[in-house]
Amino acid sequence: MSNKVGEQTIIFKNKPKIIGNFSVVGEKEGHGPFKDYFHHILEDDLFGESSFEHAERKMLEYAISSSIEKAKLNINKIDLIVGGDLLNQIISTSFTARHFDRPFLGIYGACSTMAESLAVGATFVDGEYFKNVVCATGTHFSTAERQYRFPLELGNQRPPTSQWTVTGAGSSVLSLNSNGHSITYATLGKVTDYGINDVNNMGAAMAPSAMSTLISHFQDTKTTPDDYDLIVTGDLGKLGSEILMDLMEHNGYKLGKNYNDCGQMIFNNNQKTFQGGSGCGCSASVLNSYILKKMDEGVFKKVLFAATGALLSTLSTQQGDTIPGICHAVVIERDERVGRK
Amino acid sequence: MKKEKHISRNEQYNIYVESKIPKTKSFPTLIWAFLVGGLICMIGQGISDGLMALFPNMGQEEASAWVSVILIFIASLLTGLGWYDRIGVFAGAGSIVPITGFSNSITSPAVEFKKEGIIFGLCVKMFTVAGPVIVCGLVISFLTGLIYLIF
Amino acid sequence: MLEMFLTYLKVFLVGGLICMLGQILIIKTKITSSRILVLFVCIGAVLEAAGLYDPLVNFGKAGATVPITGFGRSLAKGAIQGVKEMGFIGAFTGGLTATAAGITCAVVSAFIFGLIFNSKTKKF
Repeated sequence: MSNKVGEQTIIFKNKPKIIGNFSVVGEKEGHGPFKDYFHHILEDDLFGESSFEHAERKMLEYAISSSIEKAKLNINKIDLIVGGDLLNQIISTSFTARHFDRPFLGIYGACSTMAESLAVGATFVDGEYFKNVVCATGTHFSTAERQYRFPLELGNQRPPTSQWTVTGAGSSVLSLNSNGHSITYATLGKVTDYGINDVNNMGAAMAPSAMSTLISHFQDTKTTPDDYDLIVTGDLGKLGSEILMDLMEHNGYKLGKNYNDCGQMIFNNNQKTFQGGSGCGCSASVLNSYILKKMDEGVFKKVLFAATGALLSTLSTQQGDTIPGICHAVVIERDERVGRK
Repeated sequence: MKKEKHISRNEQYNIYVESKIPKTKSFPTLIWAFLVGGLICMIGQGISDGLMALFPNMGQEEASAWVSVILIFIASLLTGLGWYDRIGVFAGAGSIVPITGFSNSITSPAVEFKKEGIIFGLCVKMFTVAGPVIVCGLVISFLTGLIYLIF
Repeated sequence: MLEMFLTYLKVFLVGGLICMLGQILIIKTKITSSRILVLFVCIGAVLEAAGLYDPLVNFGKAGATVPITGFGRSLAKGAIQGVKEMGFIGAFTGGLTATAAGITCAVVSAFIFGLIFNSKTKKF
């Protein structure tokens, strides 16, 4: 019997569980609304390393090994590491993976990478190919800034539609054994392009892809937005999530109070990030801290986690191409046994 | 036929997005640009007057060369210390347009890309922002000379 | 004293207005700082070639020479000067000769401070 429902959605019948999770964030994120939820907050953005690129790797390494510890496992019990980041040739994740000496799948979905790696990891676990799979992503403000934008010391103004790349990493361990909130569905997104070419307005570029994936998800699973306690997009930011709400309403779906956006949630309004956070570290750190914690507490029982990514490079921008977006969604359902112990 | 429809959807979306973009108050940034830019020029004038008073033999040309050198040096130092970009956050063009902004645009990539080595990082990347300024400046300078020669 | 005050007021006004023009361009056209610099250098050079920049310098002094348009003006003025003195070869040598101090200082200090300092994460 097929495990595919509808057009783009797969169902995980064995319900892979998140048995360990960990989040690391930078100093600025540590001053935000979730400061009490993150597992570790860096005191300096270099994390004791010589360059920001090395700091990004160290954050990932720390998140991965701590999440394995939280799952009460040994690194030898891990069958696969799935992950990615924003740097060219996803060097941060693959360079981190060489320390672990375990099989590794590097994936790239820009800022949607956390949802993508959870979908890929859950598939391996659900199909009983692997027992324990680690899904991890991370980004660093300073490495993304120099790769995609300008040198840090250049005295220019960020436009009001821009977002702030989150310094942070998150890691989840998936397994069929033990207790934990389970991943029940994954909806894999299509690449959509609505002709936005302003690199400082990623939210608008990614909102149509979030709309496409969310609508497919609701149709495939025959659910409505009201069936979820929380529908959370990756990093559309304030403007992007307003656009998404308009787009969804236009298509007959009303996103109400149960809708939020990781980019919008991670910073306070007075932190001068304009539209909020972005980067794979944004949705990864929010999921692995605030969202899973609130699920432990029983505040959220069923969460639709839809991370969005803008699939651009500096080269495509310079050649005048528009920005394609993608969005992958996974459904996480609460394990009633968690939190009672 | 189908292609036309595709374009119109994107155009519609772009128009819609444009209408959603929050209208920022541009007036305060204009004032800041005016104040900071004006202040940097006044500092330049101060240096020039000071030098000419100290060294009576110094001509106007030499003094203005010194003004450039001193302002560029100070801006470069502030860039290295990580202070210039903080001025830039509120001053905008007020700290980009003066010669100090030119200095900032050369020093910032030099500091930033040092990690990739002195030759291939610092030296190669030094002109990533300011390169076009020198290229276009020299081309237009040559053309001016040429036109002057012909007419 | 009053004369000095007036001079500095003029410097402030002219310099401030040129920068404000740049800020208007940034807001209206989402232009990057590289393009602003290129545009202003070209404007300065063209105005100088047309003989319109010198009156501005006489009025605004450093207010007109410190902004990057003044750099463009020096490039054009130098080239014209070079042609006057040396003929055709002057079109090649003039521009850089006039701006040599600024460019050399910018490159040398960028090299030195690049070696000394490391980049820091932005706070806001």
